[in-house]
Amino acid sequence: MPRLPTPLTLPGPDRGDGAAPAPRARPRRLRALRGESATAWAFLSPSVLIILGLSVVPVAWSLLLSLRADDLVTPGRWVGLDNYRALAQDPHFAEAVRNTLLYTALYVPLSLGLGLLLALVLNRRIRLVGLYRTLIFVPFVISATAQGVLFSFILDPEFGAANSLLHQLGISPQGFLTDPGQALLVLVGISLWSGTGFCVVVYLAALQDVPATLIEAARLDGAGRWHLLRHVTLPTLTPVTVFLLLWQAINALQVFDLVYVTTKGGPLGSTTVIVYFIWEQAFKNFTAGYGAAAAYALALALLAAGGALRLVRAREDRRLEGAAR
Amino acid sequence: MTVTPTTRTAAAPAVMATPPAAPERARTRLPFSIWHLLLAPLALLFAVPLLWLLLSSVMSNAEINRFPPALWPSGIDLGGYRYVLGNAMFPRWFANSLVVSAVAVGSNLVLGALGGYAFARMRFAGSRVLLVSMLATMAIPFQLTMIPTFLVMKRLGLIDTLGALIVPSLVTPFAVFLFRQFFLSLPRELEEAAWIDGCSRLRVLLLIVLPLSRPALSTVAVLTFLATWNDLTWPLIAINHDTQYTLPLGLTTFQGLHHTQWSAVMAGNVITVLPVLLAFLLAQKSFIRSITSSGLKG
Repeated sequence: MPRLPTPLTLPGPDRGDGAAPAPRARPRRLRALRGESATAWAFLSPSVLIILGLSVVPVAWSLLLSLRADDLVTPGRWVGLDNYRALAQDPHFAEAVRNTLLYTALYVPLSLGLGLLLALVLNRRIRLVGLYRTLIFVPFVISATAQGVLFSFILDPEFGAANSLLHQLGISPQGFLTDPGQALLVLVGISLWSGTGFCVVVYLAALQDVPATLIEAARLDGAGRWHLLRHVTLPTLTPVTVFLLLWQAINALQVFDLVYVTTKGGPLGSTTVIVYFIWEQAFKNFTAGYGAAAAYALALALLAAGGALRLVRAREDRRLEGAAR
Repeated sequence: MTVTPTTRTAAAPAVMATPPAAPERARTRLPFSIWHLLLAPLALLFAVPLLWLLLSSVMSNAEINRFPPALWPSGIDLGGYRYVLGNAMFPRWFANSLVVSAVAVGSNLVLGALGGYAFARMRFAGSRVLLVSMLATMAIPFQLTMIPTFLVMKRLGLIDTLGALIVPSLVTPFAVFLFRQFFLSLPRELEEAAWIDGCSRLRVLLLIVLPLSRPALSTVAVLTFLATWNDLTWPLIAINHDTQYTLPLGLTTFQGLHHTQWSAVMAGNVITVLPVLLAFLLAQKSFIRSITSSGLKG
């Protein structure tokens, strides 16, 4: 069988169907396909190696770690589900979950509400609109670290400008980030300062896509401003709102940098969030297995949120397709 | 310079969500719109912390440490900047940040475009499975992989070197997918003539496809730069020695060390923020487009 590979590589005089108008096209295409496979892998292999290597391996490794007592240095020991059991009873983890949920529950609706309001106003033709948009968006590109350093200074109980301002207004000085009752709320405030601009920009982009015909039709039917907003604009923004809701929620559940820079989880654990807890366990207390278990708990929560996003978007797509028909 | 939505509104006034174009245009001729009463204070609220960052970086320590602290500098005092730039470490951190970000941006453009092109235009066994598994990795939160990634980097002997910061950011699934989606939107006919003339895939990609891909290139570049320049978590884990710090990491330790020297800390902060701020102001359109498109279509 020496000639076995030939049908694939040689132009096909021996192929029965090769006599038609495109006699040379198919074999050439086949040959191209073979070479193509090699080229494709050459193009892809660095990305595949890095992306899959640094995600699949760590995900499996993380699972193993979470079932072990491991300090990242000496060989660990198998403990089964003990880490997860301990996690369920750990008051500090419970507190971290509570803090994270409270932060998320405050930040997400506030950033969306403020973002929508600003986008609706900024979508009008008024003077300086470009300047306003820029000013509101700029904080978004500044790193959480820089924000944290800046706000620890502004809100410093002794040297801060905030208390200086309050002093001039006759209000007694506040503890801000050093006050267990205020710290988490102040963090939400800082996140709103930087994160609202993102919602504004996304909503503005979506507002451009509200079909003009819909607005005209509603107007002809005698809809006023409020009706237009309530029955035309807001419903068309629903998919974007759902997207922002989950996007902001996923980001809020993962907040870390800002906490690390400003409060380091304090005062009195009032700003310890889940990711800070994971970091502390793995890289400060050297209980990496325990940290990995906490990370798995967080990942499951995030996956659930991500799954919900996909589900809603898929349904939304179907709905829009249906409407287009 | 204005952001994208403005120009789009100007080009297509009919798309406006609220009141129709004509009365609205009349209103812009008015010297004052009632909305400024709401917008101006809000915009000021967003601007003041940044303004304060700049102002405090040029204040003298005496001005900052007095109570109540001054709200406006009496003159420009560059002591903070001199202190920061004279510090042995700070310029080094800047250079580290620059190296890590530049390599990440360059490598994401090259590897992302190559991978994206293979997915968009080539047929090979397993492409579907590979595509789906790469997509799936985007759903894995970083917190889940950070502990084992630390262990991987340790085995590779990269911990405490810039390599540990560079390797994981060489290419992201996001870059590959963004390029794939963009290439799929380009008409195939443009490339076909070149193939028939015997041009290699790489040449087609370099000479025909990439010159048409500026939006994709700028999106990947902007987002990669933002992510690497601003990152704190991973450097915090992977780096121990202060000669290998990046700016954000350096800044956090700097803050603790020089708590009373707030003007120096703020000067350091300005230097950290400045490259991103400048990039944003120079390329606002492409920044905004990147950020909305990554969110809405990513």
